[in-house]
Amino acid sequence: MKTDNKMRGLVLTPEQQKSRRQRNVAIALAIGCFVLLFYVVTIAKLGPGVLSRPL
Amino acid sequence: MSFVSESDSGLTQSFPVSIASPSDYVALLKPRVMSLVLFTALTGVLIAPLHVNPVIGFASLLAIAAGAGASGALNMWYDADIDALMRRTRKRPIPAGRMLKEDALGFGLVLAVLSVMTLGIVANWLAAALLGFTIFFYVVVYTMWLKRSTPQNIVIGGAAGALPPIVGYAAVTGEISLASIALFAIIFVWTPPHFWALALVKAEEYGRAGIPMLPNVKGADRTRRDILLYTLLLVPLGLTPWLIGFASLAYGIFASALGGLMLLFSARVYFNRTGPKADRCAMQLFAFSILYLFLLFAEIASERVMAILHLNMPW
Repeated sequence: MKTDNKMRGLVLTPEQQKSRRQRNVAIALAIGCFVLLFYVVTIAKLGPGVLSRPL
Repeated sequence: MSFVSESDSGLTQSFPVSIASPSDYVALLKPRVMSLVLFTALTGVLIAPLHVNPVIGFASLLAIAAGAGASGALNMWYDADIDALMRRTRKRPIPAGRMLKEDALGFGLVLAVLSVMTLGIVANWLAAALLGFTIFFYVVVYTMWLKRSTPQNIVIGGAAGALPPIVGYAAVTGEISLASIALFAIIFVWTPPHFWALALVKAEEYGRAGIPMLPNVKGADRTRRDILLYTLLLVPLGLTPWLIGFASLAYGIFASALGGLMLLFSARVYFNRTGPKADRCAMQLFAFSILYLFLLFAEIASERVMAILHLNMPW
């Protein structure tokens, strides 16, 4: 019994699982938007010269 | 917020686990305050005499909005104890028990750093420093210090809410100008009559939470007098965009008319001191003050948009 409890660890309620899943999706979307924002800003700042710069 | 698990010894133990949904995190950003910040910052961007790439302008505004949201989240983290005591705020995510305090703190800090860094990279570091100062002023100077210690809390703390046009203008130009300071001054002087009108009606709640708002400390009559005095100062200040020259005569006439109405609502609060009518007059002033600020800035913004689009105006 003791070992079973150890193996189970923290057991979340269905409500907690649902909210965690929703938060994970929201974080993924936020990071995706953030990356896209920086991509678009980089293009806007560097313009057509984005590829023609000394490496 | 907690769940029960069995420990090694077989005893039950409680662990705090958040049940906050993404909408709770959105609530943490104070979306209504954020929208007003965004709108006033947009006006700051539009009055700048330089052309700004729309993508850069949009990203800058997004960073400013995120900074405002971070301020809101950090405010809710610190004020969770008094939020639980007031009807208006007790349903917020932390006092309602859906979110852990430390989660709000972490969210607010990450968002604050990201917003300032983003504005620095996207626009310039003067704008980023001003945004950082705005967040610091709202969270540390207003929330942690002034709010619970002086009835002048919203007078001085109002500077944080007034800074967004200066941040927006600086994001485009890299400078602070008289024009952006004029917009700052309008919001700064608008803030006390706006919040004191609400405080007159909610005095009991503020008192229960131990917040020293002006009506609780100096009394309702003194508050009514100060509302009227600040409004008398606000009306001519509302004309400065026209007097300085970055808004048209039409704006001047419009601002005069709105200022007259604002004065009328303030005078009604001053003269109606008892009974349900007194509360009604205060809430009417509170509601109209929002409309007043929105219309003033909308007029300035629309004039600038028309000028940018080279549209001829009939004045």
